[in-house]
Amino acid sequence: MKIEEHQNNNPSKPAQRKASDFKIRSNRLSEFAVQRDYDRCIKCEVCIKQCSFDVHYRDEEDDLIKHRPENCVGCHRCAVMCPTAAISITPNPAQYRAHGSWSGEHVKDINRQAETGGVVLTGSGNDKAAPVYWDRMLINASQVTNPSIDPLREPMELRTYIGAKPASVKVKDGKLASEMPPQIKIQMPILFSAISYGAISYNVQKAIAEAAEELGTLYNTGEGGLHPDFYKYKDNTIVQVASGRFGVHPDYLNAARMVEIKIGQGAKPGIGGHLAGEKVSESVSITRMIPMGTDAISPAPQHDIYSIEDLRMLIFALKEATNYRVPVSVKIAAVHNAAAIASGIVRAGADVVAIDGFRGGTGAAPKAIRDNVGLPIEFALAAVDQRLRDEGIRNQVTLISGGGIRCAADIVKAIALGADAVYIGTAALIAVGCTLCQKCYSGKCNWGIATQNPYLAKRVNSEIAKNRLVNLVQGWSHEIKEMLGGMGINSIESLKGSRSQLRGVGLTSEELDILGIRPAGM
Amino acid sequence: MRDLSMVCNPYNEDKVISACSIFGMMDVSGKPFSGEPVFRAMENMHDRGNGLGGGFAVYGIYPEFPDHYALHIMYTSQAARHETEQYLEPRFLVERSEEIPTRKTDGINNEPLVYRYFVLPKIPKQSEVTEEDFMVEQVLRVNAEIDGAFVFSSGKNMGVFKGVGFPEQIARYFRLEEYQGHIWTAHGRFPTNSQAWWGGAHPFCMLDWTVVHNGELSSYGANRAYLETIGYKCTMFTDTEVLTYAIDLILRREKLPPEIFARVISPPLWEEIDRMPEDERKLQTALRSVYGGLLMNGPFSIVVANGSQMIAVTDRIRLRPLTAATKDSTLYFSSEEASIRLVSLELDHVWTPMGGVPVIGKLGALPVPEQSTKRNYTTSTPVEVAR
Repeated sequence: MKIEEHQNNNPSKPAQRKASDFKIRSNRLSEFAVQRDYDRCIKCEVCIKQCSFDVHYRDEEDDLIKHRPENCVGCHRCAVMCPTAAISITPNPAQYRAHGSWSGEHVKDINRQAETGGVVLTGSGNDKAAPVYWDRMLINASQVTNPSIDPLREPMELRTYIGAKPASVKVKDGKLASEMPPQIKIQMPILFSAISYGAISYNVQKAIAEAAEELGTLYNTGEGGLHPDFYKYKDNTIVQVASGRFGVHPDYLNAARMVEIKIGQGAKPGIGGHLAGEKVSESVSITRMIPMGTDAISPAPQHDIYSIEDLRMLIFALKEATNYRVPVSVKIAAVHNAAAIASGIVRAGADVVAIDGFRGGTGAAPKAIRDNVGLPIEFALAAVDQRLRDEGIRNQVTLISGGGIRCAADIVKAIALGADAVYIGTAALIAVGCTLCQKCYSGKCNWGIATQNPYLAKRVNSEIAKNRLVNLVQGWSHEIKEMLGGMGINSIESLKGSRSQLRGVGLTSEELDILGIRPAGM
Repeated sequence: MRDLSMVCNPYNEDKVISACSIFGMMDVSGKPFSGEPVFRAMENMHDRGNGLGGGFAVYGIYPEFPDHYALHIMYTSQAARHETEQYLEPRFLVERSEEIPTRKTDGINNEPLVYRYFVLPKIPKQSEVTEEDFMVEQVLRVNAEIDGAFVFSSGKNMGVFKGVGFPEQIARYFRLEEYQGHIWTAHGRFPTNSQAWWGGAHPFCMLDWTVVHNGELSSYGANRAYLETIGYKCTMFTDTEVLTYAIDLILRREKLPPEIFARVISPPLWEEIDRMPEDERKLQTALRSVYGGLLMNGPFSIVVANGSQMIAVTDRIRLRPLTAATKDSTLYFSSEEASIRLVSLELDHVWTPMGGVPVIGKLGALPVPEQSTKRNYTTSTPVEVAR
């Protein structure tokens, strides 16, 4: 049998391949395929400049722009920026032999670990196809017996107060006769969740802080401290006290509207954090109070909290340090016994409990943990709210849920399940440009978000990013108002815990029980 | 086949929906009067109900037992009556027990037994529980634990008469023309279920407090979640039940004045609160953030009463009708002005209260119309009336 030479149907491509055309690592399939339409390519090199992962390069000898698909992370920066739309990034059509048990991902991860002997790292949130229960709940609307309300013509209120609430209000001679614990007014039940400076760039954190200020809500510093420039946003700042205690000092605590003790994070319950030394620039080092270029490692537990009574002491130490001027929040990852833990946190004196679901994002986490540890926020939220109600302590605490809130409807469902407000993180980063390539830990974010590299970070203009964040939250607020109006209510507190506004589709009776909702049709 | 008029929520809805006519009439001088004008007023609003619920609360009808709790209890069987009386016996000194007199009336079918008991509570000596809390607990336990028994009312010198039928039929059935009272509130019901049960008719009662309610609380789930967290058990799946518990919590337990109650269930908008003077703003902000779960959202107008006052309020954007009027020492509330004019063509004042602003009549004091025709959150100065 005669083997014929392959016909080269692209005249601009030479028939012969050189060593530099071969893959750098030859023993695994690339995740993505890079397709370049050579008829469209003008060799402008934008793709080369835009890609921090060295996918694109100029082959001087052949006078062609070529690519190394094995380096591609699928962020689509090059495809978006290419002025002639010559590039498309797709999942690699070449796949390992299909296998019901050993997916291509398993094979690739094994190969990566066989090469390096290390932990497979990842960023962003769990990308596995675990059921998203938000999508299996449907929202009610009014017909005939109670009128729906048009938010364009009638008042519609989203204002929410964060902080502990007493059981009752005392009134004497028409005046308030009882003390209210510290409350924070936010204009909509949406807060920006903890994302540290270090994990994200200066410009992005500045954009988030300014968006919170313009929207009348709060953003959260995460565990990376508060940059000196950002003290001016203090009225919209939640400062975090996490296991590494980075950047924690009296001025930091007293700058905040709320102090949050971070026990856990939905993306990586049970473990600490690791900011690679490469991301610890001079500015990050000042903010975190650690030497430049050193790894910032947060221990798994807070080493002064080995049990609930220790948590109580830290809560009150922080209240003392801030002179009882601000609420203290405790954030936990959604884990199997979240309900009992949350009950303990309330009894330990927290004013706010934040629960972070397993689809929440992270700057860096072992993939094995991100994809396998924790609970969907929908279950954790429903279980925590119900437990606190059963114990009669729900009304005294603010419940914030986060970790997988993707749209206004998710927020409406979360509040109907019992949340007072939600944290959004990944959604905010998407608004700023994130395309969920999950390489946050590399510090090479082509979208200029999860990086300290000045060349990459300047891709985000903080004012443009701020405007996009404001637009997103305002758009969601409009949608929430429309849905509230549809239900015939004109204030967000009339939705809280109103699970009868939800019905489940395609859920088992156990799942319905846990969510505390009825199936659709009943 | 079970009789659905004897069963609460037979289709197990998560909320039983209904709409209605309401009427209230009070002589603030405290002089008792016949309910005849009230029956006529209700008959005039016949089409606001559909014959699936009517009822009356009357205050001042048992002057011979001013200090006894008058329990009106409905039974679906003699067995339920025996069980209830066995339950009451060790817990109360029963001064008198009797079947409430009725007459066979066209349109009233499947009537349950309705008894009344004049009782004094026997509170254990060492107990720190208050008499009121003891009474509330016993009422809730009879309702929850004894199958086929339901307490219509439990106040002093007052009673609730209600059932499945048009209000004018219920009045004839219970021979209400034989009673005299200084406050009458009335209700005609339009449930959207094909069936209604006797206990679900209005008024709802908790000790001396009664409420008649026209509307649907779109916030039912949130209100219920809040109240259940405090310890109230919502078993009837109606908005009026949560209203009753809100009244019990704010007016009876917390002893806050009716003006504050109105601000809890129909609070001003945040932008109105922001414009208030500082003391007002602080108070109202605290009320809204603490009692947000009691904001009654969605269309309603209600008339709330106890032996010494009658209060009407609507939802804050006034999605249900309410007219108030005065003539001499009599105060009227009605879903429709026509019903008031029918019983008193000449009126001193007749007005439409603003959404969320309460109109309050108290023994010895009539409300001033101007206080409730604008969004006015300062305490009203009533007109004194001789008693």
